[in-house]
Amino acid sequence: MTDFFLYVTVVLLVFFGLSAVLFKRNLIKIVIALNILEAGVNLFFIVLAYRPEGTAPIFTLAPELEKLRMVLPTPQALILTNIVIGFATTALMLVFAVFIYRNNGTLDIRNLKGVEDHD
Amino acid sequence: MTEHLPVLIIAVPLLAAFVLPIVRILGVIPRDIFVFSVFIAVNVMLMSLIPDICIYNKTLHYVLGAASPSTLTPEGLAFPIRIVLKIDGFSLLMAVFSAIVGLVGFLYSHKFVPEDGRKNYYVILLLLMLVGMIGLEFTNDLFNFFVFLEILSISCAALVAFRTNQKHPPYAGYKYLLVSSLATSFFLLGVGLCYAQYGSFNMDYINRMLNHSLLDRVALVFMIIPLAMKAGAVPMHMWVADTYSEAPAPVTAMLVTASQASLYGVFRLSFTLFGNSTANISINYHTLGWIIIILGVLSMFIGVTMALVQHDVKRLMAFHSVSQTGYMLLGVGVGIAVYAGHDGGAAFHQYGKLAMTGGIFHIINNSMYKGLLFLTAGVMVRRFGTANLDRMIGMAHRDVFTTIAFIVGALAIAGIPPFSGFASKLIIFESVYHFNPFLSVIAMFVSVLTLASFLKVFYGAFLGPERKDLLVDNNPLPHGMTAGMGIMCLFILIMGIAPEAVIKYLIDPAIAGLVKIL
Repeated sequence: MTDFFLYVTVVLLVFFGLSAVLFKRNLIKIVIALNILEAGVNLFFIVLAYRPEGTAPIFTLAPELEKLRMVLPTPQALILTNIVIGFATTALMLVFAVFIYRNNGTLDIRNLKGVEDHD
Repeated sequence: MTEHLPVLIIAVPLLAAFVLPIVRILGVIPRDIFVFSVFIAVNVMLMSLIPDICIYNKTLHYVLGAASPSTLTPEGLAFPIRIVLKIDGFSLLMAVFSAIVGLVGFLYSHKFVPEDGRKNYYVILLLLMLVGMIGLEFTNDLFNFFVFLEILSISCAALVAFRTNQKHPPYAGYKYLLVSSLATSFFLLGVGLCYAQYGSFNMDYINRMLNHSLLDRVALVFMIIPLAMKAGAVPMHMWVADTYSEAPAPVTAMLVTASQASLYGVFRLSFTLFGNSTANISINYHTLGWIIIILGVLSMFIGVTMALVQHDVKRLMAFHSVSQTGYMLLGVGVGIAVYAGHDGGAAFHQYGKLAMTGGIFHIINNSMYKGLLFLTAGVMVRRFGTANLDRMIGMAHRDVFTTIAFIVGALAIAGIPPFSGFASKLIIFESVYHFNPFLSVIAMFVSVLTLASFLKVFYGAFLGPERKDLLVDNNPLPHGMTAGMGIMCLFILIMGIAPEAVIKYLIDPAIAGLVKIL
């Protein structure tokens, strides 16, 4: 049952993240929304790997073979990679936001609309 | 040594990118020689794989971290556990052309990008872009595919926004990164759905185990649509014009190849991951093919009509790349639609395979002539200080070589013989006609419109009286820029004059890598 609620959380996080990306007008808020979406994806992988009452996947600490119930390590390792990638993306997008603000004096995409048309 | 080539091709530019700040201490010229030799080395290593893969039709596997790189499954296990690089005809074809465009981009940037202390970062990012493209094309592991996709999009975005002191580029970079990270997040969700069912990231293994459940179809959507978005197919094309027009010219030429790397992903996943030539499948290949065809036709038509009304030369060309993407999607889409039909592959043999030949041939042609056109646009912008076509005139008096290069590129994109675009477009028209004549008519119509809008550019910017007062830069072109455009022209001519050889030695092995019912 906990599994079910965790998956619902994943769907909600992705949904909220996506809708905020689509409807927010501030460049910084869009970055935050993207982070929420990424958190949803990360949680999805962690939930996939989770086994209720499982132990860490280290054989020296493992109980005897009949009761063996381990958490899957691969998705966790992968999500570590994804968190780092997400960090890089966030940092780069915030840097762009700083430059946009410096050059155009606004972070609102409605005011940035005119930026696309050249003279 | 030769058995380690697949990983060296990815590792050499990656390590070179991180060693570069140290090499820079020695000076600018040693750095340029170093980077140039890295690009040449990657090209040579890729070319040396051509005989094995394309002539003898082998598929190279490289298992990272195994005792011997060729042991695919570890002892006593029935499934692969390590990261596998797999090189077949299609991956090699895409990688070779990515590397050539990378080399051209570097040569062109030699004097094009000023030596102001930030050039270092520029070169590092170029190398990382090459790593992203080649890695994405070589890997047989879904998660690895995702990682290389992210390397590619982060380095592309940073390069697009390279001129940070101007108004537009940071916004274009932001847009590109937003689109890519949205796309890759959903792609990862799709990968997760596959992993949840099959417990592996290996494409071949998943393909063997695939049970075509509803979850698989959801995963297919989550993986194909983001990649089509990154390739710039029509409903998701809004970022293309901004990104392509704001990036420095050599970067735009490489961005075209980067988009095609995503297109590679679309085709690779539809065939290698979800493709199954046996008849009792539940993923409807006909529907998938039609979805890709409709994306393609929309891209073709909307791209070219948007291009016709542009006054900004780089935006005009950017919309043309949307339109050209449509041709590739159309060609390969027809191939997918008749693949695994209930007629035992008869339709596929009759025209489906030919349509795929045209589509894949068009991919490599496009990376050449579109790159060339963006490079000539770079010269125009350099001369006149603006991308506005209304303020350009009489370039043919001054830059004869650029004019010839532009004519070659424009005729190739419009599909005029003897240039390369003609060969691939003719194949697409012919084979698509057997599938559905109406699609073929649209494709020809779009081709005419393409020629019309390039005539506009040629007439506006190159012909007319010489106006010295409009020029902001009257220096002769640096040799690097000329060399870059020259290489592209050479490839366009070779592929236009000898399309049969190209199809036989490069395209047919690529199709053999994708399709299993030959």
